[in-house]
Parts: sequence; structure tokens; C-alpha cells
Amino acid sequence: MRLTPEEDQMLAGKFGRATQKAMEILVALGTIYGAERMLPVASVQVSGVSYDNLGEAGLEFLDEMAENGGRARVLTTLNPAGMDVENWPALGIDAEFARNQERILAAYAKMGVVTTCSCTPYLFGNLPRFGEHVAWAESSAVCFANAVLGARTNREGGPSALAAALTGRTPDYGLHRDQNRRPTLTVQVQTQPQGTRDFGALGVALGRAIEARQSKDIPYLRGIRRASLEELKSFCASLATYGGLALFHMEGVTPESGLHAPPDETLTLSRADLDSAIEALNAAAGEADFVSLGCPHLSLAEIQRLAERLAGRRVRKTFWITTSRPVKRLADQMGYTAVIEASGAVFAVDTCCVVAPIQGRFKTLVTDSAKACYYAAAKNGFATRFLPFDEVIEEALR
Amino acid sequence: MKWRGRKIAAGVAEGEALVTKMGVSFYGGVDPQSGCIVEKGHELEGQSIAGKVLVFPTGKGSTVGSYTLYRLKKAGLAPAAIVNAEAEAITAVGCIIADIPCVDHIPIEAIRTGMKVRVDGGQGCVEAE
Repeated sequence: MRLTPEEDQMLAGKFGRATQKAMEILVALGTIYGAERMLPVASVQVSGVSYDNLGEAGLEFLDEMAENGGRARVLTTLNPAGMDVENWPALGIDAEFARNQERILAAYAKMGVVTTCSCTPYLFGNLPRFGEHVAWAESSAVCFANAVLGARTNREGGPSALAAALTGRTPDYGLHRDQNRRPTLTVQVQTQPQGTRDFGALGVALGRAIEARQSKDIPYLRGIRRASLEELKSFCASLATYGGLALFHMEGVTPESGLHAPPDETLTLSRADLDSAIEALNAAAGEADFVSLGCPHLSLAEIQRLAERLAGRRVRKTFWITTSRPVKRLADQMGYTAVIEASGAVFAVDTCCVVAPIQGRFKTLVTDSAKACYYAAAKNGFATRFLPFDEVIEEALR
Repeated sequence: MKWRGRKIAAGVAEGEALVTKMGVSFYGGVDPQSGCIVEKGHELEGQSIAGKVLVFPTGKGSTVGSYTLYRLKKAGLAPAAIVNAEAEAITAVGCIIADIPCVDHIPIEAIRTGMKVRVDGGQGCVEAE
């Protein structure tokens, strides 16, 4: 790789041991993936925040990087933590876990990382522009950044994203390069999905189909006339979870779709394909005991809708509302929080049902998120019900 | 025998080779408390990688595996060095953060378990006898 004089100095340790280690990581990745140079990045989103995922080893590593002078050189935001930072006792989080989680956040804060703890940084100020290079972890946000915003990022892991933050660089390979962003497969969608659950189901059907092809396809979707911010957020999370995808194009919806002609090879998805994806995630037989909305984190519009539906009513199940701290503050200001909490629903800010330590606490999750269904089953062994947004709320009230 | 491959993580180390034709997943596949391979059906299942020059084609599994290598190192249970046919991100990042020398692009089929192996990560050199 050709490095600039400043990058060479980072590698030589002129900016301290943490920056040196960060540059060593990026050079190794650049070597493995054939990059010829580093690119400056506009922002970073770091994963590896929940103590449930990181453990003691990850925490020690972060402490070491912070102690050794690691400082973020660009705007860097954080993935969800394992608990609501301000209100963890209400979620049944034990004190030792909370202490360790706080140590992780303190290490990040010491490095100048903005400790927002959310999978939707693009909703509150970490919003890359079209064509901008960034280094993001968090698979749903990676997909959103590449596809919906037209920014450029590979799917970073926790340490490589942190390395990008401490150096302001990422190696130039993969989705940073034009030729690797071209669509390879046309996907003709014969139905207009409606709402977050439907778009999640589309992500399951398409993700599974692409995984079965054992290819690294970039799909070009046709036939979808409209998709809201919330629908795209849901679709990105699902497509990344079920197919490992980091980029798609959607004709007339995503900004790069106009740059490409649809590939010849075509896959067709029908209403029946979406319905069978829904059925598979909606198979729980027993009574649900856990309801959650906010995977990915809820937007302000979703919280407003939730408040309207819950006004003057009483929920009868454990109901977690997961969102980012900045969006929650707006909900407070608008009075939505008071209405929602009066119903008995609980805000689980900074966290979500995927990363919180809830193994063994529930049996059946009800959600509108295909991604949440995946982790509920794989990580926690929960059965799932997969319903549209409004029906999830009704289920909590039942 | 001596080969020159690619430098992945710097540092010099020596040890007895532990060789497998199978991929290694550090997260879930290696017990961080004992340093033993615990993946069911793995040809090294039950064997300790501590202090060995671990030779395998390529890494696999969750990216959290990088932190497992770091944890093994802190516990004194990490491999002395890693030699791969083709390194991938999890192993490479794990070796860098844990200061474990790592070299790839080596004809690993020539290395047998029990050989004495010296790895110079900075030079990308591997010697076996």
C-alpha cells in the first residue's frame, strides 16, 4: 500500500501507541483485500458496545486503546449498549452488568466517541452525504448508508471501525470502489409492500434467496413505487441480517439506481414469497409475554404514532419501546413519552431487544422487526410473532 | 524449510506447530478459559493452542473472535504465532490487537504438527524444521 507521510507517521508511532495499532489494523486489512491506498472518512459508526457481546476481553482492549492516547479524529457514534444508560434498573438489568457497561462507555467517551448508543445514527446528525466515504459497523446502518444515502462503506467490525475513528482513514477496497457497487441481479417485486413488517419480510425473502445462490449479489429491485424512511430502515436491517447484504439499489427510490441499467439475470418475488417469510417468523403458538418495537431504533414519527395508539389505554404485557437518546428527548419535549409511559409501556433507550441481556427472561416476542425475530430465536431461544406495527401495539394491549 | 509470505501482524515467535486443514473460529470455537479448541467435530477438538504456532488455512465465524484472541493473550493462553494460507479480517485484527505474529500466503501443507516453527511477522518469514 502507498501511505501518505502522515499515515506513515501514524504507523511509526508518532501519534501514540493506540493510533499506531489502529493504523496497523487498517494496513493489514488493506493488504488482505488488495487496497492500494487509504481514504479519508467523513464519519464512523462503531459496533461492539454491549457488554453482552464484548465481554471482559473487549472491555480491556478498549481501556488499553483509551489509556494509550486513542482519540477519534472524525465524528464517531456508537451502536446500542446492553441497557438504558439512564434507566437500567427499570429494565431488570443487574448492577454488575450495568457497572461493566458503564466502563465500556467511559472508555469510548475518553476516546472522544459520541456515546449515543444507537443503530440509527443517520437520524440524529451522523448523516453522510452522497458519495462520501465512511467506515461504519452495524449491518443495518451500513446497508442504509450505502443504499439509501449513497455513501460508501464496507461492513466494518468493531475493531476496524474503531481503527478508522482513531486515524480518520479506511483502506480503499470493496464498496468504496465504483466497480464493486454495480448491480448484478434484477429483482422484480410483484407486490407493493406496505409498512415496516412487509418491508422486513421482503428483506427476509430476498436475503434468503441471495444466500441460497451463494453469490455476492448486489440486487437491483424494480416494481416498488414508494418506500418511507421507516420502511427502508426495516428493509435494510432485514436484508443485512438474512442475506449479509451491504448494498442494494431500488429503482426510483435509492440515489444510485439511476446510474445503472437493470442486470439481465432476473429473480421474481411475489406476494406469496413475502407471506411465506412472514409465516415462518410468526409461528409462535403460545401466549406472547414480551412485546418490542424499535429494531432498528424508532424514528420520531413512529413514536408519535405509538403515542396516538396508546393514549388513554393500558398495556398488559412487558412492552419495550427502543430508540435513541436524541429521539427520546424530542419525544419528551412533544409529550409523547408521558402518554406512552402512562399506558405502562417502557422506554428502553440506548439499547434494544437484540443486545440487552434478556436470555431466559421471556418465552415469546411480538415485534414488527424481522431482524429482532432472528436474534430472539438465535441468541435467546424465544419463539416469535411477526406482525404489522399497529397490530404489535394491539397485542401489547390484549 | 523457509518461506516468505505476507506480513499480517508484526513480531517474532517460535513454537511447536499445531496444524489443521480445517478453518478455525475463535469465537465459540476456542474456549477462552482453557485455550482449547471446543468446536464439535473439529480435527483439533480438545487440543490446546496455547504457546503453539497455530497453522490453519483461514479463519471463520463471528468478528467477535478478534477479541477472543486478545483475551487468550491476556490469560497467557494465546498461540505463539499464527500461519495461514489466506488470512481474513477476524484473525488479522485479533493478531494485531493481541500482539501475536501472523504471516499468510505460506504453503501450509508442508508444515506438520510437532515441527519447530519460527515466525517473523515483520518480515513475513516462516521457518520450519
